[in-house]
Amino acid sequence: MNPFDKVTDYDKVRSLFFDGMTLLFGGFGGVGTPPGLVDCLIDSGVKDVNLIGNDAGFPWVGMGKFVCLERAKSLIASHIGSNPVAGELMNQGKLKVEFCPQGILVERLRSGGVGLNGFLTEIGRGTKLEYEKPIVTINGKEYMYEAPITGDFGIVFAKKADTFGNLIFDKTARNTNPFVAMAARTTIVEAEEIVPMGELDPEAIIVPGIYVKHIVPSKGYNWKWVWEMPDKSSRNAPPSK
Amino acid sequence: MGMGDARQVIAKRAALEVKDGMVVNLGIGIPSLVPDYLDPSIRVFFQAENGILGMGPTPTKNPDGNLSNAAGYPVSILPGGSYFDSAIAFGMIRRGCIDVSILGALQVSQQGDLANWIVPGKRVPGVGGAMELAYGARNLIALMTHCEKDGSPKIMKKCTLPITTYNCVKHIITEMAVFTVGDKLRLDEVMEGFSVQDIRNHTEADFELSEALGKN
Repeated sequence: MNPFDKVTDYDKVRSLFFDGMTLLFGGFGGVGTPPGLVDCLIDSGVKDVNLIGNDAGFPWVGMGKFVCLERAKSLIASHIGSNPVAGELMNQGKLKVEFCPQGILVERLRSGGVGLNGFLTEIGRGTKLEYEKPIVTINGKEYMYEAPITGDFGIVFAKKADTFGNLIFDKTARNTNPFVAMAARTTIVEAEEIVPMGELDPEAIIVPGIYVKHIVPSKGYNWKWVWEMPDKSSRNAPPSK
Repeated sequence: MGMGDARQVIAKRAALEVKDGMVVNLGIGIPSLVPDYLDPSIRVFFQAENGILGMGPTPTKNPDGNLSNAAGYPVSILPGGSYFDSAIAFGMIRRGCIDVSILGALQVSQQGDLANWIVPGKRVPGVGGAMELAYGARNLIALMTHCEKDGSPKIMKKCTLPITTYNCVKHIITEMAVFTVGDKLRLDEVMEGFSVQDIRNHTEADFELSEALGKN
């Protein structure tokens, strides 16, 4: 067996997931969220999942599909505005939501992914997003301490992967994916194209394969984007359970 | 004036603040209408925080789900444009590389405090990238209709909604007026069809008149 061949199947991935796990996910409004791995998560039946990602997608797009099933316990995200179901669950106390400014969330993932101990910022100081974060005074100025983020699993969507897990992304589908890949203890990549080692231009690789544990092939997005749905009334319908 | 007309008036006036050579980030809502009113002779780079610098208009054919703006709608990329990850996208925002950020607002105070991320118990959109855009942009312009639908003011002595960022807004543009935030809030322009008194009647904040308006 080639130790540098990380390609596996969805059955293997499904068997890894467990109740109460922390799952980091790539994507921005569903763009760059791995569709096959979201379905794999849904099919796994796991519950009480702690989700960390940019947003709650739309009810039928991205991680929104899973959020609507009420099997997530908590969510750290920058916004949930495109998924009204997430807002309802939050207001009903069924989903604990911690908001984090978008770029700060990414830096927290990055910090977790590069072995640092967090960082200081004045962004969010004095607002509700301060939560219980420690305040540090340096040269008379107050900053918030932002803790690094890691997690049990990270799910990532790549345009191309080689069998070692070197990754290339597609346009705005890159977004948070590199930092999810780096921050998770076990990173699972769904790739639209999987090629042998040596096929990717080393200069073009965005995430080195060292961060990747498993790779599964993708069939591409299996949802419609909001701009493909002219009937606005159908947009907020959550999927059936 | 209907809500739709008001939004167009606001976007048209905001477009005048965008100058040749600027890097601009537009928020969702009214700011997304601004490109429709830009002088076609000026060159501007739009930055979108989902990872594009040099964002172009909606493609006329073959929209690409992986090439979208921050609201998730398909866009294009212009010559000289680039793609990057979210850390770089926000790095350039915090670092002050964006000349002007145009954001929608729910309330703005006379000190330039911005509230635009949550209406507790009602709308729960979340902060997205607004805190960092408000922190880092060299010029922050807040766009909103002058009053709530029930007529209550949105330009306040002190915001009643949760704050996004304190002391960040430089200009406020509504369908009635243009304000500049400095040591004091200053009314710079009265939009067509309104008087200074109309604006006083619909604004909670204290403001002074610009020199030009004061002479009238």
